[in-house]
Amino acid sequence: MLEQSEVTLDELRHLVSERAIEGETMLLNMGPQHPSTHGVLRLLVELDGEVVINCIPDVGFLHTGIEKNMEAKTYEKAAVMTDRIDYLNTAGNNLVYCLAIEKLAELDVPPRAQVLRVLLTELERISSHLVWLGTHALDLAAMSVFLYCFREREMILDIKELISGARMMSTYFRPGGLWRDVPAEFDGAVRQFLSIFPARIDEYEALLTKNPLFLDRTQEIGVLSPQDAIRWGVTGPLLRASGIAHDLRKADPYSGYEMFDFDIPTQTAGDTYARYLVRIEEMRQSLRIVQQALDNLPSGPVRSDNRKFVPPPRSELATSMEAVIHHFKLWTEGFNLPKGSIYVPTESPRGELGVFLESDGGSKPYRIHWRTPSFDNLQALPLLAKGHLVADLIALIGTIDIILGDVDR
Amino acid sequence: MDENLQPVVAALADRFGASHAEFRGQTTVFLRPDQIVQACQLLRDEFGFNMLSELTAVDYWPQQEPRFHVFYQLNSLSQHQRLGLRVPIPGIKPSIESIEKVFPNANWHEREIWDMFGIRVEGHSDLRRILMPYDWEGHPLRKDFPLGYEEVQFTFNVHEIDQDKFYPKE
Repeated sequence: MLEQSEVTLDELRHLVSERAIEGETMLLNMGPQHPSTHGVLRLLVELDGEVVINCIPDVGFLHTGIEKNMEAKTYEKAAVMTDRIDYLNTAGNNLVYCLAIEKLAELDVPPRAQVLRVLLTELERISSHLVWLGTHALDLAAMSVFLYCFREREMILDIKELISGARMMSTYFRPGGLWRDVPAEFDGAVRQFLSIFPARIDEYEALLTKNPLFLDRTQEIGVLSPQDAIRWGVTGPLLRASGIAHDLRKADPYSGYEMFDFDIPTQTAGDTYARYLVRIEEMRQSLRIVQQALDNLPSGPVRSDNRKFVPPPRSELATSMEAVIHHFKLWTEGFNLPKGSIYVPTESPRGELGVFLESDGGSKPYRIHWRTPSFDNLQALPLLAKGHLVADLIALIGTIDIILGDVDR
Repeated sequence: MDENLQPVVAALADRFGASHAEFRGQTTVFLRPDQIVQACQLLRDEFGFNMLSELTAVDYWPQQEPRFHVFYQLNSLSQHQRLGLRVPIPGIKPSIESIEKVFPNANWHEREIWDMFGIRVEGHSDLRRILMPYDWEGHPLRKDFPLGYEEVQFTFNVHEIDQDKFYPKE
């Protein structure tokens, strides 16, 4: 049964005030192709002079039907699509997808793979925060920060290229472990990054933290109270900047995060500047985790040897008939997961990234839903923007740190 | 089951006659469509489930009736607890009450299940499509909605396919 829905202007009337209908205030369309919207976000802004009365986000321009497409692919093949959701947190997306499958299948992951997963996810968190910091500062007219941030991000992308061959869409985590072990150069590359990066964070701070222009643009802009943050389902650095120390890595540890020693930075002001401070400190904490992971990296296999889920290594195929059968079965039909559904939450750089995975006992996800942090966080934008200037709206889009691929899926 | 969740599940069974299921350490409570708003209110006010983490739907067509399940996941930040709620909905004129008044962030999630599954959300303040274009026909995540594909071009069919492509032709 198909129902046709048509949107007329009358249907949008309830979104704007009476003054807009009478022409007293101005309705301005911002985006979807606007450099400061960090992707394809359209905002319908109602303005009184330069003051934002209301702002109505219109999303969906980057909708690629990933959930529907994943339903048509086997679990292992669908892993490739997870990178494309939040394209700045590819490792985190792989991780939550693999965790969901492993939990449903009750599949064990070797300790080395777990630690490497944590290490790479934290590197990815730093890289994501660097993109956020660079673009956020650029929106506020601090051009040089952008260049410095992307210089350091390049080091992380090089590390990813070293291990997986791809700079961004690595799909390095697979159900049951990793695609393959890290090369010998990996240790040196990460250590070099660790030795350089702490001083670089200080450099960004020297440029911004006490910069009066930056303070003017961020302090007391977009204050989010802790009550509102919880009511609107806002998670991640936004929630922590409002004074609530909620981090799923501590609250509900996954993939061995309980073995690492790190702090959850919080601020109480809840404004754009507080969110900046939280993210800067998060980068330092991520470095601590990376350092610990690298120092205590266990040896051993990086992928489970449960042949019902994990294909055998190529070398076995020449000598073992059973390996050939498993290889054939896993690369054609794929593996079956038991019937049932689970919800697995993790902490992405932006907040709670969860996967709702339902299996009907077959080899493809019957239904997979991505609870993406940007989707919920962006909903709070009208709340933050009301009463501020148009120029502050730019700062607010930056401070929420939305990824439109994450919103639209 | 987590022992802290037992009084919650017992209260829901007592108040709404709700059954529950356990799977891989996660608890899900089954509710009727007319109970969901009251249940969310109860969980938020009396048991501290203060955040709506997840709201989505599953389509069981054609093998199962009622056809849809709407899935809610509530999160208690203070006690680090999670509780899933499932509401089965029949396939003919599917509709569910909006929980926007209890959890404001349900707004976009409910627009998404309307957009993707065609489940009407009663009492919603702004029920429009959210991800698909406003003039899209059908609801893509339903199981009877085809995935669609693009035909691969070979030398023998390149012109045939080219005729149907949208670009300015001379």
